[in-house]
Amino acid sequence: MTTTATRPASLDTLSWLEAEGIHIIREVAAELERPCLLFSGGKDSIVMLRLAEKAFWPARIPFAVMHVDTGHNFPEAIDFRDRRAAELEVELLVASVQESIDRGRVVEEVGPRASRNRLQTVTLLDAITEHNFDALFGGARRDEEKARAKERIFSFRDAFGQWDPSNQRPELWNLYNGRLTRGEHIRAFPLSNWTELDVWQYIKRERLEIPSIYFAHQREMFRRDGMLFPVSNFVPRLPGEDPFDARVRFRTVGDMTCTAGVLSEADTLDSVVAEIAATRITERGETRADDRFSEAAMEDRKREGYF
Amino acid sequence: MVAAALADPLDPLGPDERTLLRLATAGSVDDGKSTLIGRLLFDSKQTFIDQMEAIERTSRTRGEDDVNLAYLTDGLRSERDQGITIDVAYRYFSTPRRKFILADTPGHVQYTRNMVTGASTADAALLLVDARRGVLEQTRRHAYLSNLLGIRHFVLCVNKMDLVGWDRSIFDSITEELTRFAGRMGVYDVRAIPISAKHGDWVVEASERMPWYPGPPLLELLETLEASEPPQHHASRLPVQYIIRPLRDEYHDYRGYAGTMASGVLRVGDRVKVMPAGAETTVVGIDAFDQPIVEATPPMAVTVRLADQLDVRRGSMIVSAEHPPIAATSIDAHICWMSERVPLRERDRLVVKHTTQSTRALVQEIGARLDVNTLDYDLTASQLSLNEIGRVRLRLMAPVAVDPYDESRETGAFILIDEATSATVGAGMITSGG
Repeated sequence: MTTTATRPASLDTLSWLEAEGIHIIREVAAELERPCLLFSGGKDSIVMLRLAEKAFWPARIPFAVMHVDTGHNFPEAIDFRDRRAAELEVELLVASVQESIDRGRVVEEVGPRASRNRLQTVTLLDAITEHNFDALFGGARRDEEKARAKERIFSFRDAFGQWDPSNQRPELWNLYNGRLTRGEHIRAFPLSNWTELDVWQYIKRERLEIPSIYFAHQREMFRRDGMLFPVSNFVPRLPGEDPFDARVRFRTVGDMTCTAGVLSEADTLDSVVAEIAATRITERGETRADDRFSEAAMEDRKREGYF
Repeated sequence: MVAAALADPLDPLGPDERTLLRLATAGSVDDGKSTLIGRLLFDSKQTFIDQMEAIERTSRTRGEDDVNLAYLTDGLRSERDQGITIDVAYRYFSTPRRKFILADTPGHVQYTRNMVTGASTADAALLLVDARRGVLEQTRRHAYLSNLLGIRHFVLCVNKMDLVGWDRSIFDSITEELTRFAGRMGVYDVRAIPISAKHGDWVVEASERMPWYPGPPLLELLETLEASEPPQHHASRLPVQYIIRPLRDEYHDYRGYAGTMASGVLRVGDRVKVMPAGAETTVVGIDAFDQPIVEATPPMAVTVRLADQLDVRRGSMIVSAEHPPIAATSIDAHICWMSERVPLRERDRLVVKHTTQSTRALVQEIGARLDVNTLDYDLTASQLSLNEIGRVRLRLMAPVAVDPYDESRETGAFILIDEATSATVGAGMITSGG
């Protein structure tokens, strides 16, 4: 027996990340009473769900999955979501932003730039209360955004769902502290250490099915703020925002109101991975209008209880 | 406008066998750490165009001559407002040869706990020294804590060589001082590099201004650093995390013990003990998702099946029957205290979380307190305040299977939890158990 404390490097990075993610998911399932996995049908949550499937095999995933549905999603993503949940025989909960609006919990923004993005937070927190969840798995990655670069893997939310970045628990080794005080819940992020390219390479390696909007396809688009948005009933167009046909794909799955597409010919997983590896613009910078409001947009939304 | 960088030359379509190196770096505001990290990200083409545009804007707004690469690592608004880093930030970059996770931590004494946190998962420490100021108290503290946390590979970057006229003798004397200090702690792998993070010398490219340094540049060194060793050198340890019992007809009698391999190699057919009780049995199967495998090594997440029906639960540990760990009810450990609320005192009661097991502990004795500046131990100490490190003896309510931290980080480490607040208040590294 030699004296060293370092980690054997026998595993490639993807296998290492996979093992870490499974470890995190099992810790949460073991230490918390009522976890739930947030599943949007987007690529990150697809990978996370795969890790959950692996973590408990041959048993079924021992918790429900939940989608916060703004009502403005891509229909392709919704179809995929339903199919995948059925395949895994997991319980799928849908928390509806439309219902929150109908019940007067939130007030819908108006105008051509209206988005339900911020409203999701209320719907999410209401659902957490309703179902009594004490842990939510989220697919957020630290490479996405600077506020996330500092977020813990077990991230605590107070009774108001708020994140306090200046008061995070130290997180050492792979020893996660899942103890809650009253009213708190945790957000657990098994993909914290993944990069966008890791996610794509993993999807490719595992041959995971993903919604069709990730591949290049013909779609009616319009240009706004230098980005290309899909034409939909949810977004009134401003004068001069004339629709045109383009061959696009989407790098993220969000609301049709705030998710931009990129011109692309990549219609296979191989070509998508090649394109991601070569890209020089961050995923959020290129395609998420919701992060562009201010330098600290994500930090602010996270404080309020956003994903 | 900065020109768009070239794409990663790696073929993204082939199987990616790149390994991962985890680094920890610490430093204060003015030693150029953020600039160095920004330089690594920028020169290794990990900086995206929109990020570059954002920092160009910020640099202009703040009236700076050059694009300040340090803004690439800027964090939370509260930190920007105070102009300091207060928390660990994780950065990701990769080269065609390797992927990296860098834990970027503040170096001030009041952030010792963050430094300890960042170092806890790192394979190598990146030590940054300002050539004009030499090895400082902070450098020694960072080196000491890195070693305490089990890091055996130091990369010393003597930065700001441009401000000392690229003077070799300055580099040599700093290198000698740090190497001697590391050697006293038992760290023999110190690689020193003279750099200018601001201008890029010897960071990614060779520097003509310091031809006396033979290379390699920092990034190449990091790509080739051998920071690990084969798991065969250790005894097998698998802390049980979760019991898998599928309530479905197909797997009616399946009972598996899920966990993450902590050390060694576990093979089908191995004789094992289940700690802490120590009952012996045989491994009859190892599952990694839908296919059985013949051996498991760290840090694989696996599910193990055993020949006999034993009392195995979360917190049990499946271990090599030949080299079992100690089932300890008393442990001696280095503890870094992290609570702002109260100090650690003798006779305090806390919760210890060690691998997947949690138990109560009583602080029996605080034997010594480290002065992180002089690195001397004060033997008269009876308590530890925030950010202080000491030698502590704990008595445990239930036996815990432990190894010395020097031999295994995974089974030698624990955290302390305050039951009143649920907060993580300490980090422990076991020196011995009984």
